[in-house]
Amino acid sequence: MQGEPLLKIENLVKHFNVRLGAFGERGATVHALDDVNFEIIEGETLSLVGESGCGKSTTGFTILNLHQATSGKVIYKGENIATFDDKAMRPLRRDLQIVFQDPYSTLNPRMTIGEAVGEPILFHKLCTKAELPDRINRLLTDVGLPPRFAGRYPHELSGGQRQRVAIARALACEPKFIVCDEAISALDVSIQAQIINLLLDLQEKYGLTYLFIAHDLAVVRHISDRVGVMYLGRLAELATREQLFANPLHPYTQALLSAVPEADPVLEKTRQRQVLQGDVPSPLNPPTGCRFHTRCPIAQEVCAQTIPEWRQIEPGHMVACHMVPGGLHA
Amino acid sequence: MNAMTMSAPERLLDVKGLSIEIDTRRGPATIVDGINLHVNKGETLGIVGESGCGKSLTMLSLMRLLPNKIKVKSGTANFAGRDLLTMSKSELRKVRGGQVGFVFQDPMTSLNPVMRIGDQICEPLIYHKAMKRADARIRATELLRLVGIPSPAERLDAFPHELSGGMRQRVMIAIGLACDPELLIADEPTTALDVTIQAQIVDLVKELRVKLGMSVVWITHDLALIAGLVDRVAVLYAGTVVEDAPVEELFANPSHPYTRGLLASIPKLSDVAANRLSSIGGTPPEPGRRPLGCPFAPRCQLAEDICRQSVPPLEPLGGSGPHRVACFVAQRQLEAA
Ligand SMILES: Nc1ncnc2c1ncn2[C@@H]1O[C@H](COP(=O)(O)OP(=O)(O)OP(=O)(O)O)[C@@H](O)[C@H]1O
Ligand SMILES: Nc1ncnc2c1ncn2[C@@H]1O[C@H](COP(=O)(O)OP(=O)(O)O)[C@@H](O)[C@H]1O
Ligand code: SF4
Ligand code: SF4
Ligand SMILES: [Mg+2]
Ligand SMILES: [Mg+2]
Repeated sequence: MQGEPLLKIENLVKHFNVRLGAFGERGATVHALDDVNFEIIEGETLSLVGESGCGKSTTGFTILNLHQATSGKVIYKGENIATFDDKAMRPLRRDLQIVFQDPYSTLNPRMTIGEAVGEPILFHKLCTKAELPDRINRLLTDVGLPPRFAGRYPHELSGGQRQRVAIARALACEPKFIVCDEAISALDVSIQAQIINLLLDLQEKYGLTYLFIAHDLAVVRHISDRVGVMYLGRLAELATREQLFANPLHPYTQALLSAVPEADPVLEKTRQRQVLQGDVPSPLNPPTGCRFHTRCPIAQEVCAQTIPEWRQIEPGHMVACHMVPGGLHA
Repeated sequence: MNAMTMSAPERLLDVKGLSIEIDTRRGPATIVDGINLHVNKGETLGIVGESGCGKSLTMLSLMRLLPNKIKVKSGTANFAGRDLLTMSKSELRKVRGGQVGFVFQDPMTSLNPVMRIGDQICEPLIYHKAMKRADARIRATELLRLVGIPSPAERLDAFPHELSGGMRQRVMIAIGLACDPELLIADEPTTALDVTIQAQIVDLVKELRVKLGMSVVWITHDLALIAGLVDRVAVLYAGTVVEDAPVEELFANPSHPYTRGLLASIPKLSDVAANRLSSIGGTPPEPGRRPLGCPFAPRCQLAEDICRQSVPPLEPLGGSGPHRVACFVAQRQLEAA
């Protein structure tokens, strides 16, 4: 992927302090995100995949400064926005938007669809009151909803339609960057395909940049320019889509790919799967060294001791594993 | 035994003309509309369909667990020679959780949150198998080991919230399997789980099916998931079975326009090109707003006048054989060919 980085994420860390025990008597730290480095290129779709709890949403939230970073930088337009307070963020909120998995919980049930879509426009004073209805109509049309939906309430819409409204709301302030956090995960296959196509069309039309958080690798395979694989708060691998799917290097990436079922009974019945055993360990007390070593089929002694370096294998292809050529044990 | 019954596979479950209705403010609305389904002995049947098409209610109706205001209007459900829908309550209790095991869609709501998981697994063993408590606990430990839960004896005293989503789902499967059922009905048993855990559970059920020789009904919205798991697939749309075929046949020769659309809209890991996915326009009808004729007609590109007037019956493609489809055009195309 060539082009200018829109966002640079440097050594980003997010820890949550939580209280444990029946009376919250013990303090503990959730290592949700540890020392993550990558760039998001203008106009691209960068996807993040990994099992639930591995820090995908935390990455998206921390980049948008919806969670305050514990340390590290998020560089946008030459400034580290990770340290901005609410007031400093306000003018940037227009550029940086998010769409969630469950639009029901983010749409106000008492607000009509038109009001919901119009709200960010009024907030950022992007047009006059007189121009507003026209603007709302255009946005609804953009996301494939008939303008008459402006008068309806969220509960009168299907899941796919509500997700279109959430996208229209994100588009309303003409953003540059949208985090799609599992934005299609709750939808049926046939509706999911409609929304994916919509996101691709809008990207082309408005030059949008997406951070696309998903757990379905087949979907990611379709829509991404680059893909990052996360495990327990760290990046395991990052590469162009072609590199990642043709030549997955990290054992975790290989295991994830191997777990995806294919819609082909003949292939499925003969296929040898490498099934990853067990669950993701707790981020309260992540394994030492390589965090994947407790489940990794090829782990060596060094893996439990030393954190694998985040390094480039070929242009555009980054990985953190001792066993990949050039690593400590390869 | 005569030649006929020798050659035909034995039907363990045979559902005929099942209709389910809901009371709404505007009067009764049909949710499930006269479906026919069967499961042969030792067979694994996949039931696929999108959210709201009636998969869960169909399964709940078989166990007479339908929520208030929703009831069976007509139909029969023969299980091992007796009708589940009319048998006495006491007979039903013996079947439910005994000869027929269940895994529900949402383990968090169907496991009792304030009861230790060991007790929840022991309950059906004590009730159906008249086991002593101590023996039931031994069997519960075995079951937890069978479904791949590490240090099972220590886990018996855990509460559901102390387990991960994948482990809770395994506990649900352990409960479903507790009494060595002849039939296991699993409603989206992996939908909320990561692909890695899903793969573990699919492998587990495949293995147990062989080991225990049971029949399985696996309900899902994910065609890819069941491709390697089931023998036969029934495709549901808006409360009707629109296609029913052996799994290889369904994927190689999908005949209903809805099945075709569904297959085309699945993103494939092995696809090299193509960013855009093919999609089906529109959305399924809501219950109470079902169209008169073919329920798929409003979204179907092949729809003709007849489709909007009469309901296409589910009939064998080309007049005979195990591949059945409910579509006027698909049936006619085959006649013409
Ligand atoms: N308790 C209820 N009260 C009213 N309507 C209901 C109830 N349960 C289900 N329905 C409706 O009945 C229809 C079928 O529901 P069902 O739960 O069987 O769908 P499903 O195919 O299992 O969907 P999913 O894939 O989302 O689990 C839907 O339109 C649903 O909204
Ligand atoms: N507000 C929070 N307080 C405490 N822990 C949190 C919070 N948000 C997320 N976490 C924890 O951080 C880890 C990463 O979570 P998340 O980013 O939501 O994962 P993903 O999106 O990949 O599923 C998880 O262990 C999660 O439980
Ligand atoms: S560093 Fe070691 S444990 Fe980690 S992925 Fe590589 S081989 Fe496995
Ligand atoms: S019967 Fe008609 S409307 Fe229904 S699926 Fe077939 S062609 Fe389409
Ligand atoms: Mg998340
Ligand atoms: Mg259901």
